Amino acid sequence: MSATLLAGAIAFAQVLLALAMACAAFRLLRGPRAQDRVLALDTLYVAAMLLMLTFGMREANALYFEAALVIGMLGFVATAALAKFLLRGEVIE
Amino acid sequence: MKRLLPFPLLSLALLATWLLLNQTLAAGHVLLGAVIAVGGGLALALLQPPGPMVRRPAAIAALAWLVLVDIVRSNVAVARIVINPGHRRQTSGFLDIPLELRDPAGLAVLACIITATPGTAWARYDSAQSVLTMHILDLVDEDTWIRTIKDRYERRLLEIFG
Amino acid sequence: MSHAAGLPSFVAFVIALLVVLGAVLTLIGALGLLRLRSFYDRVHAPTLGTTLGTGLVLIASLTLFSALQSRPVLHEILIGVFMTITTPVTFMLLVRAALHRDRSAGRDPAAEGASRSQGRPPEPRPE
Repeated sequence: MSATLLAGAIAFAQVLLALAMACAAFRLLRGPRAQDRVLALDTLYVAAMLLMLTFGMREANALYFEAALVIGMLGFVATAALAKFLLRGEVIE
Repeated sequence: MKRLLPFPLLSLALLATWLLLNQTLAAGHVLLGAVIAVGGGLALALLQPPGPMVRRPAAIAALAWLVLVDIVRSNVAVARIVINPGHRRQTSGFLDIPLELRDPAGLAVLACIITATPGTAWARYDSAQSVLTMHILDLVDEDTWIRTIKDRYERRLLEIFG
Repeated sequence: MSHAAGLPSFVAFVIALLVVLGAVLTLIGALGLLRLRSFYDRVHAPTLGTTLGTGLVLIASLTLFSALQSRPVLHEILIGVFMTITTPVTFMLLVRAALHRDRSAGRDPAAEGASRSQGRPPEPRPE
């Protein structure tokens, strides 16, 4: 009983997170301005990270946690670098 | 002791991170983590950061709790705005707030608090006049927002960073 | 999900609630990206996912693994700490970049907002 409930809830959460990624992807493609796209990218990677965590819960596998951590770190670096690029037009000054 | 651990809090955090990442309390990992912790502290000492004076752990804990409560509350508020933005007029806008807080570390913490809370975002800070410009999603009553920032956060940050 | 069969139903219910609530908040945040009008409004929306959304899913994962392995599994805290530190930094940089780009395009939305509040000068409360 509890296993079915949990499996259903996690699957539902995964659908919601996939929808969130779709919303972010739409904004990423649509723009209109560069800052909108970077913001959408940030939302996209956070949703992807959470999706990884839910996969880990589903499979009871701690390896997904490592993947989530790496996505979080690389996502932060990517967004920060892109924002810096928008601010100055170059990343390395 | 002081020479080996110039930043005890940072070293402790590094050790905790190492043990959490490895999911263990085995002696070997504790030793390895301790080496990393000491090395990290010494490396930071080489950079010579301006050490902010942090006092009053009780005030820090109170502030952290306050921020947590505010984050939960404004999550609900912003979720409500997103779900039905149709019937309301455009209420977002920028707001200038004069600050008394001058300490760079204190300002950094304030910036993190304001930006991490949904519904408010730090836009810019004029250090010459020490005026903060922030963007607020639900800017209906400007005075309430100014009072919130100054009473809830700035007063406590002044206590901590002084 | 056979690994969760031995879980007490109360714990399973709490975990299910937390993970769905976290996902809902993240979705609302992403939805805000579509529904809100200007960039400066949209900046507020993803913070839903990065604060409480992430927090709830992390707590759910932490509870599940701790219950499954009957020992405290705490490494999810690392992601929480990491997100708490990094999200404000990216969003602040992004708002600054947007203001900079607007200014160089000849508009300054922050100055317009400031002039609006100058009509009623914000008095710092006497301490």
